[in-house]
Amino acid sequence: MVEHDVVSHHQAEANDRVMFGFWVYLMTDLLMFSVLFAVYAVLHQNTAGGETGRQLFSLPLALTETLLLLTSSFTCGIAMIAARRGNKNQVLIWFGITFLLGLAFLGLELKEFSTLINEGNTLKSNAFLSSFFVLLGTHGLHITIGLLWMATTLIYIIKRGLNSSMVRKLTMLSLFWHFLDIVWIFIFTIVYLGAFS
Amino acid sequence: MDKVGVGKRQKKRSSVVWPILILLTVLTAMFFFIKYIIKGKNVALLNPKGLIAQEQYNLLVFTVTVLLAAVIPTMIILYYTAWKYRESNSVTAALPEANKNKHIVAYMWAIPIVIMLVLANTMWPATHRLAPQRPINDSKPLTIQVVAMRWKWLFIYPDQKIATVNFVQIPINTPVKFEMTADEMPMSSFWIPNLGGQLYTMTGHVNRLNLMADTVGDYPGSTPEINGNGFAGMKFTARVSSDDDFDQWVKQVKSLPEILDSAKYEDILRPSEYNSAAFYSAYENNLYDKVVLKYTGSAEGHKHE
Amino acid sequence: MKEFLVGKLNWSDLPHDWVMFGGTATFILTFIVALVVLIRTNKLKWLWNEWLTSVDPKKIGIMYFISGGVMLLRGGLDVLLMWAQQALSSGDSRGFLTAEHYQEIFTAHGNIMVFFVAMAFIFGLINYIVPLQIGARDLASPFLNTLGFWLFIGGIVMVNMFFVFGGHYAATGWLAVAPLSGKEFSPGVGVDYWIWSLMISGIGTTLGAINFIMTILKMRAPGMKLLKMPLFTWGSLCSMIMAVTVFPLLTATLFLVYFDRVLGTHFFTTLGGGDPMMYTNLIWMWGHPEVYVLILPAFGVFSEVVSTFSRKPIASYKSAVAGMIGVSAFALSVWLHHFFTMGAGADVNAFFGIMTMVIAIPTSVLVFNWIATMYKGKIKFDTPMLWFMGFVAIFAIGGITGVMLAIPPIDFQLHNSLFLVAHFHSTVIGGVLFGIFCAISYWFPKFTGIRLNERIGKLAFWFWVIGFCLSFIPMYVLGFMGASRRLDHYDASTGWQPLFILMFIGGLVIAIGVAMQLAQILASFIQKNKLRDVTGGDPWNGRTLEWATSSPPQFYNFTVIPQVSSVDAYWEMKQQGIQKPVYEDIHMPKNTAVGIYISIYGTLASFAFVWEINWIIVVSIIGIIVTFIRRAFTEDSEYTITAAEVQKLEEKRIKKSLEDDKHKADDSEEEMGVIELVKFIINFVLNIIKNKSWRKW
Repeated sequence: MVEHDVVSHHQAEANDRVMFGFWVYLMTDLLMFSVLFAVYAVLHQNTAGGETGRQLFSLPLALTETLLLLTSSFTCGIAMIAARRGNKNQVLIWFGITFLLGLAFLGLELKEFSTLINEGNTLKSNAFLSSFFVLLGTHGLHITIGLLWMATTLIYIIKRGLNSSMVRKLTMLSLFWHFLDIVWIFIFTIVYLGAFS
Repeated sequence: MDKVGVGKRQKKRSSVVWPILILLTVLTAMFFFIKYIIKGKNVALLNPKGLIAQEQYNLLVFTVTVLLAAVIPTMIILYYTAWKYRESNSVTAALPEANKNKHIVAYMWAIPIVIMLVLANTMWPATHRLAPQRPINDSKPLTIQVVAMRWKWLFIYPDQKIATVNFVQIPINTPVKFEMTADEMPMSSFWIPNLGGQLYTMTGHVNRLNLMADTVGDYPGSTPEINGNGFAGMKFTARVSSDDDFDQWVKQVKSLPEILDSAKYEDILRPSEYNSAAFYSAYENNLYDKVVLKYTGSAEGHKHE
Repeated sequence: MKEFLVGKLNWSDLPHDWVMFGGTATFILTFIVALVVLIRTNKLKWLWNEWLTSVDPKKIGIMYFISGGVMLLRGGLDVLLMWAQQALSSGDSRGFLTAEHYQEIFTAHGNIMVFFVAMAFIFGLINYIVPLQIGARDLASPFLNTLGFWLFIGGIVMVNMFFVFGGHYAATGWLAVAPLSGKEFSPGVGVDYWIWSLMISGIGTTLGAINFIMTILKMRAPGMKLLKMPLFTWGSLCSMIMAVTVFPLLTATLFLVYFDRVLGTHFFTTLGGGDPMMYTNLIWMWGHPEVYVLILPAFGVFSEVVSTFSRKPIASYKSAVAGMIGVSAFALSVWLHHFFTMGAGADVNAFFGIMTMVIAIPTSVLVFNWIATMYKGKIKFDTPMLWFMGFVAIFAIGGITGVMLAIPPIDFQLHNSLFLVAHFHSTVIGGVLFGIFCAISYWFPKFTGIRLNERIGKLAFWFWVIGFCLSFIPMYVLGFMGASRRLDHYDASTGWQPLFILMFIGGLVIAIGVAMQLAQILASFIQKNKLRDVTGGDPWNGRTLEWATSSPPQFYNFTVIPQVSSVDAYWEMKQQGIQKPVYEDIHMPKNTAVGIYISIYGTLASFAFVWEINWIIVVSIIGIIVTFIRRAFTEDSEYTITAAEVQKLEEKRIKKSLEDDKHKADDSEEEMGVIELVKFIINFVLNIIKNKSWRKW
């Protein structure tokens, strides 16, 4: 009995440490994004005679992307409730929906990018577009990594079942996903709404 | 329970005496050597030849005095304490655990805070007074436009309508306003140490540096900021002359055949190193504004007030 | 097709001047010799299992030290080349280096010294000592530890790679200011090598910093509240919090520079709306806190050394902690003082000048603290204490000159001059490097169970101090004479040449000092029986927990995690008498090669980014992802040592140390000096020749 308690105490301490470390990592990621936001703030009016955000952006598109991501955060939250209850099937379903919503978001974003590029507005055109593409592109890359993380974790859950180590991984993933959602809210506000104000 | 590792140091006569003597000898020898070396040389920062450099020098002396007044006693106390309480000093039979002087903490914080307040009190107004953008006085200054390019300096005199490369002449006791920018050039820095401090030259920006010289002579100018392979060769001469000599010089340059038209400008814009001085009796209209416009679309450029 | 396969790689980019060849030959020869030795002595497998794949922070610490030491030699050689060039290149002579090569050398020198020497030693020290000081067995994440180390090695590979694979290094100065670092003004691959060596080691540093923070905040022994931690741990915590805050800024900025160069973006370009001034702000927002990251652990080391060698607790523990926290907090608010001359208005300049001066306050408090600690102590002046004495004077000069530079009108005359260079070398050599030397001589008995040879050690110290004066006092003078930094040539009429010659001589004296330090280590190992530490791991009568372990400590650090109730935990334990251990099960992490694999992929990717070889980029990134995923889902990364096994290991260790103590020669055998060491080496070589023992190979 004593040995079992010691092991789970050891495991609990380890979990606590890992979660704390993951929070610290998220803060470093936030700092990287803040550089990109600061750069955007400084450069967004430098269009070198080209079109401005107001002329290029589609607010309805951005709003759709925002709703997709917000909803996916919601479904992610439901999935985590299921995870803590140990309900494997619910976890798979709700994370599956989150995955699809994230994928839809990416699709819309890629569509927006390709429209811009086809019109000749690439990241090479001017400082405004450089900072736009890099800021949103970095966010999109993080979303892609999040989706990859989601997919592999779900596959492993199917193969190995939902144990406490899997729940810990899912917790970190959900934190990451919510974090990306918050970053997107800032992007939506500063980049898209900011262009129209 | 005083385990001091492996004991038995036989000859524990201070093994520190000889090295310290050698160090002091080296330092003394260096002092005299350096004094000899710098005789007759331009130790620019201690050799102010203009108003701004003079004020900077005064500020330097004040700051160093205050700091040394704080640091030298501290160092003396530290080394004396270390020597006095050394293990081999049987006079100080120490109480190794003692030490609860509550006031020590207060002094530790108070002394540096006071020193910094004294310095800050001088530094704040001095920074405003010596800001490069601040005009020397109310009279209209002589304006000289500077374009840094690889790896030479172009000087344009908008009022006299002449231009020079790697040479600038100014009259004594006259406020001069240098308006500087750059063309096809990384960030560089415009510096005449005998006359005053430096200021960056950047493409698309116009920085303003106000100086006034008070002694006739030739003074070196350079760029402390690295800007490519030809960096070390990017030097110019600043000549301070009397008013009459200055007017003579302008007349002389105006009589020269070379002019700085756009073809010539493109020519000197091409990278070259260790250029000798050149003089032009005229230059293309609005040359300076065109250079700034190239990068910003506005003749004012990004102004630094 | 060729471009697809090898990107921009080109035969014509291979090294083609004799100075570069020296570097190429050294690297290739060293690699071959090392490989041959390992194979012939059958140690390859041992090296892999015991060291390279180890997650033991003590072993990783030693590997950091060795890497840092080698890079110190590399960076030091750069200095001798630079100073030789400057001593020769006056008037008509242009020295023996082209301007471009000279500029590449000082750029590499700066990057290597900051990233691959100073950071290496600091990470090594924190790895080895902090877990011992807080009563932990390992860091919070052993995996991140080995990954961080191997990424750092990847950085070393990238910064030296051009010697073997061609190209050249950046010629822009160690921070590659824009727009000089853009494609227009630096068209070759130099700046790309710069970007990726910093990128990959920067990521390693960030991971390491996260790890250290997790460890210090979550793995302290029971009873060790934050305000009971040793001061070295405090210095490390402050340093790593700053590191974790600012390294992401560096990573982001490096990406932006890379995008400008390769994708044609306009972040820092002169046209297209780019803003080079923004680069200056971003890079110094990282750059200034970085130097405080380096100095804070050194402050921690000095606090502990002064306290231990004065046989007294630190005069005011709370002030020391407050001082370190104060320095860290203000470090993030001073970055503009690196470019007062860029043209900001007087209000902005004055504000940052004041903030910079404010940092001098907590720093002075630390110095006064040390004085008060020595007061009424009983001070033993072994080598660690000597390094402290040297540090104080040199760092004080660095501090005075720093406050001078903090005043904008004065800075206008001193910015980018040799005065500035002398200032930051006074703080970095006097503070960081002397701190590292102090730490190594202080904790060397802990690492190896052998005390360092004091005779040669003291000699090395004095060579360093005298060499430093010979080199840097002329540098201050040159700054006052209007000499800028980074000049590869100057007019004879300036009269600077004798001072540059003096600097070079000083460099040679410092080189002798470094040779003495290597000799010191060699002599200590040669006389290891005489110098063996027989105090059971506590040669200095230490105050903190690391001295409670054997020297070197067992791989699990402590048999039982101690219970702590005061500052200077071990001192307190000694006063109360050390308890007999009660053994229990220990969980230890397994070794892993994943860090090595990910770093190999990362270095390959960096190489491919430099030379724009897209298929290698894709393959490497997939490699990183797959390896990482497989590691993430490995459940089986720990193993257990039962209490009985621990007891057996302890008994074995005690038996061996008793046997070793018997080998300890009499005290009558004198400690080696330099002359005796040279004689020993000559005899050793002559013996090999006489016995023809190379035949065995």
